[in-house]
Amino acid sequence: MKKLLFAAMIISVTTWSACGNSAQEEARLERKAEMAKKIEEESKIPASERITLDSKGVGPIKNLPLDEVIDEEMVQRGMELFKTNCSACHKVDKRFIGPSPKGIMTRRSPEWIMNMILDPQLMVEQDRCAKDLLVEFNGAAMANQNLTEEQARDILEYFRTLE
Amino acid sequence: MKNFKIGAAVCVSLMIGACGNQGNSDANSSKGALNSNIAEKVYIAPGERDEQYAFLSGGYSGNLTVYGLPSGRMFKEIPVFSQFPTSGYGYSEETKPMLNTSFGFIPWDDLHHPDISQTNGELDGRWIFVNGNNTPRIARISLSTFETEEIIEIPNSAGNHSSSFITENTEYVVAGTRFSVPVPQRDMPINEYKSNFKGALTFIDVEPEHGHMDIKFQLLMPGFNYDLSRPGRDKSHGWFFFSTYNTEEASSLLEVNASQNDKDFIAAVNWQKIEEFVNNGGGTMMPAQYAHNVYDESTHTATSDMMEDVLTVDPSEVPGAIYLLPTPKSPHGCDVDPTGQYIIGSGKLSADITVHSFDKMLAAIDGEQFDGEAYGIPILKFEEVMAGVVKSGGLGPLHTEFDGKGNAYTTFFISSEVVKWELGSWEVVDRQPTYYSVGHLMIPGGNSRKPHGKYLVAMNKITKDRYLPTGPEMEHSAQVYDISGEKMQLLYDFPTHGEPHYAAGCDADLLVNNSKKIYRLDENKHPYAISNPSDARVERDGNEVHIYMSTIRSHFTPDNIEGIKVGDKVYFHITNHEQDFDVPHGFSIIGQGTSEILVMPGQTKTSLWEPKRVGVWPFYCTDFCSALHQEMQGYVRVSPADSNLELSWSLGE
Repeated sequence: MKKLLFAAMIISVTTWSACGNSAQEEARLERKAEMAKKIEEESKIPASERITLDSKGVGPIKNLPLDEVIDEEMVQRGMELFKTNCSACHKVDKRFIGPSPKGIMTRRSPEWIMNMILDPQLMVEQDRCAKDLLVEFNGAAMANQNLTEEQARDILEYFRTLE
Repeated sequence: MKNFKIGAAVCVSLMIGACGNQGNSDANSSKGALNSNIAEKVYIAPGERDEQYAFLSGGYSGNLTVYGLPSGRMFKEIPVFSQFPTSGYGYSEETKPMLNTSFGFIPWDDLHHPDISQTNGELDGRWIFVNGNNTPRIARISLSTFETEEIIEIPNSAGNHSSSFITENTEYVVAGTRFSVPVPQRDMPINEYKSNFKGALTFIDVEPEHGHMDIKFQLLMPGFNYDLSRPGRDKSHGWFFFSTYNTEEASSLLEVNASQNDKDFIAAVNWQKIEEFVNNGGGTMMPAQYAHNVYDESTHTATSDMMEDVLTVDPSEVPGAIYLLPTPKSPHGCDVDPTGQYIIGSGKLSADITVHSFDKMLAAIDGEQFDGEAYGIPILKFEEVMAGVVKSGGLGPLHTEFDGKGNAYTTFFISSEVVKWELGSWEVVDRQPTYYSVGHLMIPGGNSRKPHGKYLVAMNKITKDRYLPTGPEMEHSAQVYDISGEKMQLLYDFPTHGEPHYAAGCDADLLVNNSKKIYRLDENKHPYAISNPSDARVERDGNEVHIYMSTIRSHFTPDNIEGIKVGDKVYFHITNHEQDFDVPHGFSIIGQGTSEILVMPGQTKTSLWEPKRVGVWPFYCTDFCSALHQEMQGYVRVSPADSNLELSWSLGE
């Protein structure tokens, strides 16, 4: 009786392991450990000072090459949009509810900035820098101001003038 | 041996589970208990949405409530005729004018009959119209913002009950008076009612693009009680039908005295004929005071205008436009089937339902089959207009709607049931009890050419034991029935709010994509709006102080204000700079004599505060807006009335 039960269990365990793959699993764990180490080192720098130019963030903008010349019309529109939609929390001359946009182009990629404006909730959920910024700024979540891609692009152009 | 069986069973299940074979559990669940298929029909799983909207009148709450079908879940209460502290409607400076009337500011009414706008006899989902019964008014609610946009008062009316029903292209919204009154109002003995009082039936023109209402004409009918009404549709488009009672013209003890005549009337009004008459200069302008209040979505502000006259029409001036159809026993419901052929009169003191035929009515008019007249209005011979009688076996028929498949459904108040019967054969097909004393019922689209006949909602007057008791007053119960099959099936019970006298419903698809998510900040034309926080400021004009304030998660700009004095009238004009769906901010301040205000994204609202005591008084956001909501607060310093402290304001300094 006992033997029968034992045999049945062996069969089921064998069946189970056939579905996994231990070599792949090990490689995955190794990658995970490397990542954790990198994150730990980076985390010593406050998110607002980190340089993450290689990260495009998460969201609708995948690739955004910029013209060398700054478009003044876009800058003007962007400045107005920034005043209305952003300035309640972001001041150019100081850290406020959120970080100042001054010099942001030297820290973040154009894609990351656009994605942060267009879908801050997704960014905070899935982008580590965005997540860390939320913690650094007392949990004040960035508001989604429902801007179009075009509007966000104008704001980005304005940011290019804030050296 | 027993152990072996269990062991093997465990192993088999492990094997199945391990490789992710999901198996088939559906086959088992559908063969559960007898009633499980009923539960499935109303069960909306978490995160899923209902198939249809239902808009239930709130009766004495003065408001309209929005539900989902089939779940019976309540989504929203839309303030219409009553002040509503939840949003600040009727309290905020912008919305106070909505409740203005010729009697002054009226904070309440009794909301009865919602009707959704139509195009070609089908629901178009632009607006919903509702009536205020007590201080006669009609309101129009946007089905994009779900806000009340317009209220027009009805002069010469009293007990605005046979309202607010629309013609099949929303040409008119119609408001009939329940109580006849002296027209114009004057000081006279009550017992001289007979032949002196009038019943006004009001046709309000609806401007097609924005829905703005304007009284086109009032028909001054004999002094009966006009109970309910329905438009003709399709073949009978151009006519309107009104049920009447108290054709005895009693002014006292109506319970007895208005039930003497064996038959009252359904009044058939050819409104196209009267429209033509007034378009050609007919009718008489009469002085009349009534308010017309319009809310402007771009300024977020209502204005109230007092109108001064109304065009009236005496039935005798337009011969051939109005006829009376004898209908037994004080008819309540007066319902027209989707083809426009049948007019159903529910004699509420009778067991039977009387059905008139539109074709027979036209023939009787042609053949002058008259049975006398009332105040010059021809009475058609009962036998010549009647198409049939439904021998229901129930008692107290009230109101009928249709499924578009040739069936009618009538509520019976006294015998507490819904009776399904067939148009044409007049045979009863099915009957189901209601719990208890049902008033109206509603089939989404049931008052149109194209009913969406899957569900039926019965709205009851008495609840008793249906729910856990809550003291002497219980919210009225409603029941949802599945009417897609031959037999009706009771699916679900749900409590309503106030007293739902009637409802309107439609498929969710008609409204979902037009439902507004935010007001755009760059379209905000409110005179006290600020489009950016650097414009935030405080201005004094005598003892009036205007605070231009903005909000975003999670602070007010400014949040420290000094220089306010006892005796000031302080207006907080708050613009919500959020542009994200479902992120309103609230505002309230200690000692506020009104209610909080709830400001939608991109909107500006104003709250008036009259500080009475010296001190430093806090204000805060009343709507939990973010993780830092508890930090969303500020202070106002109030100095003595004779203080010389200058105004100042700041944020984060």
